[in-house]
Amino acid sequence: MTPPYESRYEPWDPARGSEIIAEHAKREGATLVILHALQEAFGHIPEPAIPMVASALNLSRAEVYGVFTFYHDFRAKPAGRHVLKLCRAEACQAAGGDALAARAEQKLGIALGNTTADERLTLEPIYCLGLCATAPSAMLDGRLIGRLNEARIDAIVAETQR
Amino acid sequence: MTLRLYVPRDAGAVAVGADEVALALEQAAAKRSIAIEIIRTGSRGLYWLEPMVEFATPAGRVAFGPVTVADAPALLEAMTADGAHPLRLGLADEIPWLKRQTRLTFARCGVIDPRSLDDYRAHGGYKGLKRALSLGPDTILAEVTASGLRGRGGAGFPTGIKWKTVAQAMADRKYIVCNADEGDSGTFADRMIMEGDPFLVIEGMTIAAIAVGASKGYIYIRSEYPHAVEAMNAAISAARRAGYLGRRTGDATRSFDLEVRVGAGAYVCGEETSLLESLEGRRGIVRAKPPLPAHHGLFGKPTVINNVLSFAAVPFVLTEGAKAYADFGMGRSRGTMPIQLAGNIRRGGLFETAFGVTLGELVDEIGGGTLSGRPVRAVQVGGPLGAYFPRALFDTPFDYEAFAARDGLIGHGGIVVFDDSVDMAKQARFAMEFCAIESCGKCTPCRIGSTRGVETIDKIVRGERVAENRAVVEDLCNTMKLGSLCALGGFTPYPVMSALKHFSEDFGPAPTRLQAAE
Repeated sequence: MTPPYESRYEPWDPARGSEIIAEHAKREGATLVILHALQEAFGHIPEPAIPMVASALNLSRAEVYGVFTFYHDFRAKPAGRHVLKLCRAEACQAAGGDALAARAEQKLGIALGNTTADERLTLEPIYCLGLCATAPSAMLDGRLIGRLNEARIDAIVAETQR
Repeated sequence: MTLRLYVPRDAGAVAVGADEVALALEQAAAKRSIAIEIIRTGSRGLYWLEPMVEFATPAGRVAFGPVTVADAPALLEAMTADGAHPLRLGLADEIPWLKRQTRLTFARCGVIDPRSLDDYRAHGGYKGLKRALSLGPDTILAEVTASGLRGRGGAGFPTGIKWKTVAQAMADRKYIVCNADEGDSGTFADRMIMEGDPFLVIEGMTIAAIAVGASKGYIYIRSEYPHAVEAMNAAISAARRAGYLGRRTGDATRSFDLEVRVGAGAYVCGEETSLLESLEGRRGIVRAKPPLPAHHGLFGKPTVINNVLSFAAVPFVLTEGAKAYADFGMGRSRGTMPIQLAGNIRRGGLFETAFGVTLGELVDEIGGGTLSGRPVRAVQVGGPLGAYFPRALFDTPFDYEAFAARDGLIGHGGIVVFDDSVDMAKQARFAMEFCAIESCGKCTPCRIGSTRGVETIDKIVRGERVAENRAVVEDLCNTMKLGSLCALGGFTPYPVMSALKHFSEDFGPAPTRLQAAE
């Protein structure tokens, strides 16, 4: 299914993938660096990239796949057009984060960790953004939001549904 | 005359509108043809007043806060006339919350432009390195040891001893690794110092490199901190251009260079051996110790791995001498601790003070109690692996040993405040759940114990054989505490057991206290 908007990411292209891998392959312990760079370009880690990374670093596919699946950041498929991360750690819980997360889930009709059916928004938990003195906090497409409240949640949801 | 303004670029200030305020001030100034210069600083750490805007006067910097976009025009009027304004806080340095602190590590944070090496040097930066170079490795090690500095990441291991072990190890290569994987909820001191005074971290790591003879360093920053990554990268480039990093480190015979590496959302990578695995490009699986990283660390080479705050404390020790640092503190906890007040708190932020201040002073006097205005019921000290303390323990002094004696830990110095609406069984369950999500999976007590813990607490909450299941939770906690390889499995019992012990009434079917509060 083609999403109803233009993606900010490049479509997977093996030549471009090779180029990205080659750019970082010489660095010490390059696996995470390369996976970050691939995800930056393609919005996820395309499956065909795994054996390419393995070959460039002289590792087994299983090792690279293991790294890819161990870390929460790496995606097997692209996220929705917007990504809203709600902090679910203790400082934000203490400041009413549970109720706000429930409100976001209810407004969007999805649970944390999911993407809306129209692929407009991915809602994710995050464990601490380091904004614990202005809790509860969130990150919308890389933009930080502190002192979150119901009105802000509603505004964010409305903004991302436009 | 150009009006000089200071607006933080700290992520915590930006999250509450500092960028928009800076823009509004520029626009308002342009409209009135007032010449202004905005310097983007770090945060002073008074987060309830962020965005806090300051402007230079002959008497010192005058602060306003919390400023909104709508305040910009009136604020400029007040600044040009040096007149009154409802948000005017007076001289920044005289704000009681700030004045009461002992800022050794955070002296420059929020004051200087973190992108300017000149500003750093103008405020005493790189004096520690200069003295370190004149002293030589043995004397640096002696100074750091004499300062009594202990690892600020949480374990509290004496920094000098760690460095000495690496210095004595024989190898063709040694590494300096800075642990900036600050994943503990309620802590943000690493983020603040990296964003507000990044050259300080670089200077501390460079001094470590000279002390132990290392040539390469890494700063491992969590991916949740994009602003810190940007700030550290900018500072490293500037330090390299100025000759502080790279081929020579102020001394033609030595070379030390630094690189930032970004984590990928794994909490366990804050554990030092897991972090080293991650830096090597592998899954963040914890290593068994020994061998210690000091002997067999990054890529098998002797490695100094310290928290951001440990490195950041070192330039002061070298500039002012070990005694100046060790004169602060109590018992075996010497110097100052940047304490972070967070959660449901009226005056949250960074409070650097000598060890020995009590938990009650921090929460009630300095923090001002809860933001919600309800009574404080529990505070979690030291992150997700720290114990929950009730008011009855508020006389505990902030000190490694004093907290340990009461089955708690100070960890990375974060204090999260909860009011009386908190359900402590839910918090205990979360501690187990978080451990289950973040466990690296290497050792059984952590991997399976945490999942069993969640299930068993659920049974207690449902009222199923409460007494028996409480015994099961305690048993699980003991197994995790004694049988786990690292602090994730080993310390998860702290929040769980403390919740059970101090808030026993919450563990059972339908807490009556909560119903009464409704």
